Amino acid sequence: MMAAVRLLLRTGSSSSSFVHSGFGATLLRLSPSCSSRPKTQKRHAAHFTYQPDPVPAEYGPTVKMNLFQSVTSALDNRLATDPTAVIFGEDVAFGGVFRCTVGLRDKYGKDRVFNTPLCEQGIVGFGIGVAAAGATAIAEIQFADYIFPAFDQIVNEAAKYRYRSGNLFDCGNLTIRAPWGCVGHGSLYHSQSPEAFFAHCPGLKIVVPRGPIQAKGLLLSCFADKNPCIFFEPKILYRAAVEQVPTEPYHIPLSQAEVVQEGSDMTFVAWGTQVHVMREVATMAQEKLGVSCEVIDLRTILPWDVETICKSVVKTGRLLISHEAPVTGGFAAEISSTVQEQCFLNLEAPITRVCGYDTPFPHIFEPFYIPDKWKCFEAVKRMISY
Amino acid sequence: MASVRGLQKWVGIGFHAFRQHSALNSSRVLQQRAFRLSGARCQQPFDSSVEKPQFPGASAEFVDHLEFIQPNVISGIPIYRVMDRQGQIINPSEDPKLPKETVLNFYQKMTLLNTMDRILYESQRQGRISFYMTNYGEEGTHIGSAAALEPNDLVFGQYREAGVLMYRGFPLDLFMAQCYANADDLGKGRQMPVHYGCRDLNFVTISSPLATQLPQAAGAAYALKRENSNRAVVCYFGEGAASEGDAHAGFNFAATLECPLIFFCRNNGYAISTPTDEQYRGDGIAARGPGYGMLSIRVDGNDVFAVYNVTKEARRRAVAENQPFLIEAMTYRIGHHSTSDDSSAYRSVDEVNYWDKQDHPISRLRHYMTACGWWGEEEERAWRKQSRKLVMEAFERAEKRLKPHPDLLFTDVYNEMTPGLDQQRESFWRHIQQYKEHYPLDLYEK
Repeated sequence: MMAAVRLLLRTGSSSSSFVHSGFGATLLRLSPSCSSRPKTQKRHAAHFTYQPDPVPAEYGPTVKMNLFQSVTSALDNRLATDPTAVIFGEDVAFGGVFRCTVGLRDKYGKDRVFNTPLCEQGIVGFGIGVAAAGATAIAEIQFADYIFPAFDQIVNEAAKYRYRSGNLFDCGNLTIRAPWGCVGHGSLYHSQSPEAFFAHCPGLKIVVPRGPIQAKGLLLSCFADKNPCIFFEPKILYRAAVEQVPTEPYHIPLSQAEVVQEGSDMTFVAWGTQVHVMREVATMAQEKLGVSCEVIDLRTILPWDVETICKSVVKTGRLLISHEAPVTGGFAAEISSTVQEQCFLNLEAPITRVCGYDTPFPHIFEPFYIPDKWKCFEAVKRMISY
Repeated sequence: MASVRGLQKWVGIGFHAFRQHSALNSSRVLQQRAFRLSGARCQQPFDSSVEKPQFPGASAEFVDHLEFIQPNVISGIPIYRVMDRQGQIINPSEDPKLPKETVLNFYQKMTLLNTMDRILYESQRQGRISFYMTNYGEEGTHIGSAAALEPNDLVFGQYREAGVLMYRGFPLDLFMAQCYANADDLGKGRQMPVHYGCRDLNFVTISSPLATQLPQAAGAAYALKRENSNRAVVCYFGEGAASEGDAHAGFNFAATLECPLIFFCRNNGYAISTPTDEQYRGDGIAARGPGYGMLSIRVDGNDVFAVYNVTKEARRRAVAENQPFLIEAMTYRIGHHSTSDDSSAYRSVDEVNYWDKQDHPISRLRHYMTACGWWGEEEERAWRKQSRKLVMEAFERAEKRLKPHPDLLFTDVYNEMTPGLDQQRESFWRHIQQYKEHYPLDLYEK
């Protein structure tokens, strides 16, 4: 399967390799020379508008970074402070196919930033071994879509290492990073959001950031955490999301959701790119319906922050959960049933899930597949008049 | 020249990014370019003037006739041996010349394991423990290899390597505690019997999924190499487990990442009921090693000195040269696969008897010791009695001991107790208080 990816990356037609065109939409908009291209070839506009976080004041000097640069910055900080830390995966040595590890091999040496053979189960197994020996292992899976060959190592091994050994051994120093989520044209195997598969597995932590500041702080927390973590990076934001990110290390706590916008009529819960969609929906709801929405970024999928979500729902009485992944067995189901149990007397409308359909992630139908702002807006209308 | 085109493309993207994001200062972009170019220099020099193969993927000559490479399975990799079935040293220059105390220790550890196996196997038959797997016939591979390692070398095992722990001094009480899952079990009673582990003895806790430990061993060996600690990793697995994808991953990672690691395959002829001709068609496991660029050897697993010699040399070179070694120890699984298996359903009793009576690692070492005048009937009788007493005493202590506190069901899932799990624990206790007569609480620590 990885051979297919490589084909796209390395030998794709000269005008549109996968990654290049992956951010083609952004580049097109920014580059006036591209406006002369025939309109029929122009891709569908991005389904979200990135909203930068406020500039953090408490962590020292900041620099403008996009998401891939903030990931590099977090990796850089960790390698600088932890001599045992190593980064490995497919094609990380030259900087990674998404540029997340650029310059690190030159700075820290080839024994610390290195390519592995093309084998996901090997990468995760190897990372577990590095961590079990006491060093910090930062493994990269090139796309979240290709994490499944490592499912056994993650679910049966990494997640259960500490428990089964009675805490004699653990692989808490392991972090697995993987590009995640839709990208406009990634089709079946460059678009998936597999967090719910892992959310059913005690022992793991699963984290998804919504932007560069979040990515760096949460990733550094994953490194510092004494449990195996999976860190999913919304690849559509790698270049599209730009904001002021502190250059020094800082930590954003795991298992804590963040209320990114306060409201009183309805609670929105999302993670990753979808947080930006929900922010737009909140604006639309306010402008067109006069509905005040509270937007919450869940940030950590497992173990998730039940308290923050339930507190919000107790206040608003309505909950809309949205994710890109298919609806059946998606993580929204878990949130929904938990909130229903804990906030039954406060709920004024059925909890609604606006998610991907129960199909594989399609290529040319992506604009129809994703839970975009119009689908979410329609759900708001129905819920508010329930 | 796809890769060259790829390089140009990346440089192009780099500049796009540069235009958009002032954060990327120019020196960093230049650094990226230099880095990529130096990466390109690592490719083999291209010289079209010479009529020699220039493919980056292999170093080889052209050949002008069509010939497939034949696997050699009839006359396979030879089996290294130090003593014959009567315990006679075949080639004196290969005699490790171990002192009497060492050899006696080998023998006592092998037989103590054998005694423990018999008692625990029977105890499972009586329903006193839920499950067991014996080590019959493979005692020599455990003791011989364990003796050739340093005590701080890290061991990853499959499940039929209890002799390695025995050699390292794991107390009988802890073997029993694990099988009984009592309050003394280091694993807190969470895993099935024979899933031993010991931090102090550098023996990584066993897990049931086969071959998962192979790439893990490679990672651990890589970490130890970076520590520069003069330690090696040894990783045991059966020939059946070698069919798993993780075995391929482990071999290839260990070779390409130059890990000080010994892969030790116990080829005992069966994976439960599956004979080796349904497991592979090549020349066993050892023949795969060279395909991964790994130094490999095949050894008589019933010859404890042969196992000792190959492990000793592999260990020395693995640490000195930072490269993996593959040892395939040929043995025979004399016992059933486990207590949940009746092996007479798929193999003959005669076959089993041959290995048990005529080519057994324990009897072979005993022949050697007898020939040296180090062991006689008297010693044998006394040791049998003593070892049985030691095992039975530990057995009885383990059986009387309470099971671990039920709270330990909830701990160590994460390093810390999560709020959600803590709530489940509290709800569990509320339920238990209300329905305590329906649960075996009196067997557990309070």
